[in-house]
Amino acid sequence: MGVYLRPTTLEQALAALAAAPLTILAGGTDLYALPQTAPDLLDITRLPDLRTISSHPDHWFVPCRATWTDVLRSDLPALLHQAAAQVGGRQVQNTATLVGNLCNASPAADGVPCLMALGAQVELVSQSGRRLLELRDFILGPRRTARRADELVLGVRIPRGAAPIRSEFEKLGARRYLVISIASVAVVARAPSDLRIVVGACSAVPCRLPEVEAAVLAGKPLQIQHLAALSPIDDVRATADYRRTAVLQLIRRAYENIV
Amino acid sequence: MKISSEINGRTVVLDVPGERRLADLLREDLGLTGTKIGCNAGDCGACTVLLDGEQVCACLVPAARIDGGTVVTVEGLGPELAARFLLHGAAQCGFCTPGMLVAATSLLNANPAPDEAEVMDALGGVLCRCTGYRKIIDAILDRPVADDPRRIAKVDGPALVTGTARFGADEMPDDVLHVRMIRSPHPHARFALGDLDSIRGTPGLHLLLTAADVPGSNTYGIYPTGKDQFVLAEGYVRHRGEPVCALVGTAEAVQTDVPIAWEVLPPVAMGEGPDLHPHTPGNILIRGRVARGDTAQGDIRAAIAVETGFVEHAYIEPEAGYARRVGETIEIVATTQTPYMDRDEIALILGIPPERVRIIPTAVGGGFGGKLDLSVQPLIAIAAWRTGRPCRLVYTRAESMMASTKRHPSRITAEAAMDNEGRLLSYCCHADFDTGAYASWGPTVANRVPVHATGPYRVPNVLCTSAAIHSTNPPAGAFRGFGVPQVALAGEALLDMLAARLGIDPWEIRRINTLRPGDASGTGQVMGQGAALVECLDALHPAYLAMRAQRQTEGSIRRGVGVACMWYGIGNTSMSNPSEMVIGIDAAGRCVLFSGAVDIGQGSNTVMTQIAAAALGVPPEDVGLVAGDTARTRDAGKTSASRQTYVSGTAVRLAAEALRAEILRRANAGADAAIVLAGGKILINGLVLDPAAMKPDAEGLVLRGEGRFDPPTTPLDADGQGEPYACYAFAAQAALVEVDTALGTVRVLKIAAAHDVGRAVNPTLVEGQIHGGIAQGLGLALMEEYLPGRTENLHDYLIPTIGDVPEIEVFLVETEDGPKGVGEPALVATAPAILNAIADATGARLTRVPATPERVLEALRA
Repeated sequence: MGVYLRPTTLEQALAALAAAPLTILAGGTDLYALPQTAPDLLDITRLPDLRTISSHPDHWFVPCRATWTDVLRSDLPALLHQAAAQVGGRQVQNTATLVGNLCNASPAADGVPCLMALGAQVELVSQSGRRLLELRDFILGPRRTARRADELVLGVRIPRGAAPIRSEFEKLGARRYLVISIASVAVVARAPSDLRIVVGACSAVPCRLPEVEAAVLAGKPLQIQHLAALSPIDDVRATADYRRTAVLQLIRRAYENIV
Repeated sequence: MKISSEINGRTVVLDVPGERRLADLLREDLGLTGTKIGCNAGDCGACTVLLDGEQVCACLVPAARIDGGTVVTVEGLGPELAARFLLHGAAQCGFCTPGMLVAATSLLNANPAPDEAEVMDALGGVLCRCTGYRKIIDAILDRPVADDPRRIAKVDGPALVTGTARFGADEMPDDVLHVRMIRSPHPHARFALGDLDSIRGTPGLHLLLTAADVPGSNTYGIYPTGKDQFVLAEGYVRHRGEPVCALVGTAEAVQTDVPIAWEVLPPVAMGEGPDLHPHTPGNILIRGRVARGDTAQGDIRAAIAVETGFVEHAYIEPEAGYARRVGETIEIVATTQTPYMDRDEIALILGIPPERVRIIPTAVGGGFGGKLDLSVQPLIAIAAWRTGRPCRLVYTRAESMMASTKRHPSRITAEAAMDNEGRLLSYCCHADFDTGAYASWGPTVANRVPVHATGPYRVPNVLCTSAAIHSTNPPAGAFRGFGVPQVALAGEALLDMLAARLGIDPWEIRRINTLRPGDASGTGQVMGQGAALVECLDALHPAYLAMRAQRQTEGSIRRGVGVACMWYGIGNTSMSNPSEMVIGIDAAGRCVLFSGAVDIGQGSNTVMTQIAAAALGVPPEDVGLVAGDTARTRDAGKTSASRQTYVSGTAVRLAAEALRAEILRRANAGADAAIVLAGGKILINGLVLDPAAMKPDAEGLVLRGEGRFDPPTTPLDADGQGEPYACYAFAAQAALVEVDTALGTVRVLKIAAAHDVGRAVNPTLVEGQIHGGIAQGLGLALMEEYLPGRTENLHDYLIPTIGDVPEIEVFLVETEDGPKGVGEPALVATAPAILNAIADATGARLTRVPATPERVLEALRA
């Protein structure tokens, strides 16, 4: 039987992380979905003041304990509400955290394309201090992040920007609920010329597509060649070819919905 | 870790590991077994509980998290919603019911008057495999129920809606030992067990079982001539998941690794590779054939080739049970569809007479054919027999999916020919079925399919053949329909293709060809007066026309309508399948029905009770029930082939009529005298019989009636001619679908289903079967495909959720015939109707299921 720590202060948590390698347990919906849980766990659900999503003049802050249900009940941009409502079932939404979705670093994570399109930053903390990473620099590959063993992800910062955000999230799955994305698309427009399009489940890490953005802004028809940055795979859900075809369609629809 | 929590209103203090799963804590530490475990991965929602008022999966929550919080399980819910579930028949097997009730409670607490979409959103995380969800929605929305005295609540329903029903994993005797099966990770391999002595001394390990430790026969199988499957493999495995040895001991000890040296062999696909069994050259297990007339007749012809894959039963309750040795008898308390076959098989495996094996079925959390085969029984029996202690085994979800049987994958070619008026003249079909590594129910599929392949139509010239072929895939066995849903995909497509050629409406072409009373089937059997497909088609017609009005065959999002018919022979194909029932009055004046028919959620306990009550002439609540236990009930056969209502129901009626006759004889009363059971006495038109004054027999009965029924059939000759079934059920279904032609996604908007059920004993239960069959047919059509080694969980293997099953309109067509089965008939027509609707909407004809978005898109672009 391993260690199960449930600290009640951030200092205790960081000291524990500095002392020994521990698997951080937040919602637990990824960890406990495995047949065996990790040997040594640091349960962060007793840490104070890290549950409430806060709204600041220039950004929102989603702390590490905020669940998808918290996201749904917040004033975060609409595409995060759309993603939150489609993550697992209500049971998972009530337990799983947005930050956990990033840390689990699944290629099909629904939160990642949305937060990338919003230009989110990840705030990490350890005994040696805090640092802020762009989300695209935080997720390194499938199940791999830039988090050091002694660090905790404190939360995610989402820049507000000056103009209202127009956004859309499209998720394609083979059934209505409880479905892993075949492909997903997040589109965020902060200004007529500021468009970000990020695709999930079609590369090792969800991927922003500047070529597609340029084509869309120029009013050019979207083509498969614009998706060169993607590297979809064949798996039980779909083939790579289908994913490419579907992504183009999802992008068209998402964009039509925001203009 | 010390934990203090308020659970169902009571403060509970526990000392448990913080990481322990809440589901295990509730079930094992607190005995709150109403919370069910279906997957241990958050995929099924059966373990849903309220944690601090919000629904969560108890399998995903560490015990530490409930410290200082509140937990509510099904045992802590109020009675109102449970009563609505009962009224609506919203609980079939009842295994998902606790999760459904808890999820619905969380919704209703926040929103007392939700709409249907809100119900779906709140229950989207709980999977149900039985009900098709519609009656669950009706119950939560408190919709009215049709007023009909036949619509009584399930007699075993109260236990299902309060979490007190005992399923296979709910029995945890003191002193129990755990059994773990070690399975092959390879589809095809030779193996040698390593140095077993090195692990025999593991503390807590009581036994290590290998093939050599099986006391009796190490092989078993459904058919007396086909005992080809191994309790434990003998150095050679033919499918992934085949058991090679087993550990018996404490929960920790059985996790010990067993050294095994594998020599991996190339997998053998259907129709390829070396022979897998000496007795099946060419890997052909069996062939089936029905031939009649000259199939060259008919000038207007169409042909099609259809392929289907493995489909998993995905009952939410994994296989589970325990065994205990009582002197020289072994008792097995496990989830099963077939207690008497289990008894006989276990007797052979233990090398003891069947009388010394007692099977006590638990509540069954869904079966659909998958629990007709042995699962946990052989090894818990051997372990308990050898150790003298109770031994228990609960399959993990992965194990259940890896090791259980599947629907047969098929490769079907078919050709149909008509005359210019749209009358079928010929039908040819050949179906190859991948029966996997062992026979299981493969012969049943191969025999049933050629009889049914034409569909329920009058065809003078027929040549329908089939083969069940071994491979190194999972054993394909019994699954709701025994191959008929697969061949229906071909036949119903051909009818639409020919209808289009002739410019005849798809509904019309079916009505032209309907097999009617007096018509002969492909086996030469003349249909009786109860063949009511015309009535089904007519009942369906207004709904079909209303759907047609919503067609949209232009643009990116299209809508189309499909119709399909089916027929299904009830009971075994040309084989004896009797059922015996006993009913009596005990000395206390209570009426008791002893029924060996296992209720797997479909409601046979209730149906048997209602039939008995009607035949005896008393209200159903006066009839008590002893069900299942092989020591107390007669053999009612297996719960399969849609046979229980028809076969066992007839036996029950005969038994109750015999009891009634006996009572009337004792009272010297006329045949139409009223019988009243009251105050321990039997009142017959004012006369009083006093059971307390009569001498009870060995079973405690003072008056009894017995009934036996074996449907009359004849053997089929070499051309498949004969009378394979005594009763056929018919149905016609229509589907309205929406196809997104850019993405290839398909949404079913509505299903209408007209079923010839003979006479509905309990319309609520019949509708429940139809809804559930349609949901499985929808899964077969659009999303379900089991890939060995790749989809051994409920997030890669997709079954329909509450949001995938549309409104279903049911028309029960009742005739003078007695009650017919509906379990399998419910499913057969759905997938062909959906594929025909996709073709109607888009012109694209899918020939491979499931019609995933990718395959639909491919067909659209072809």
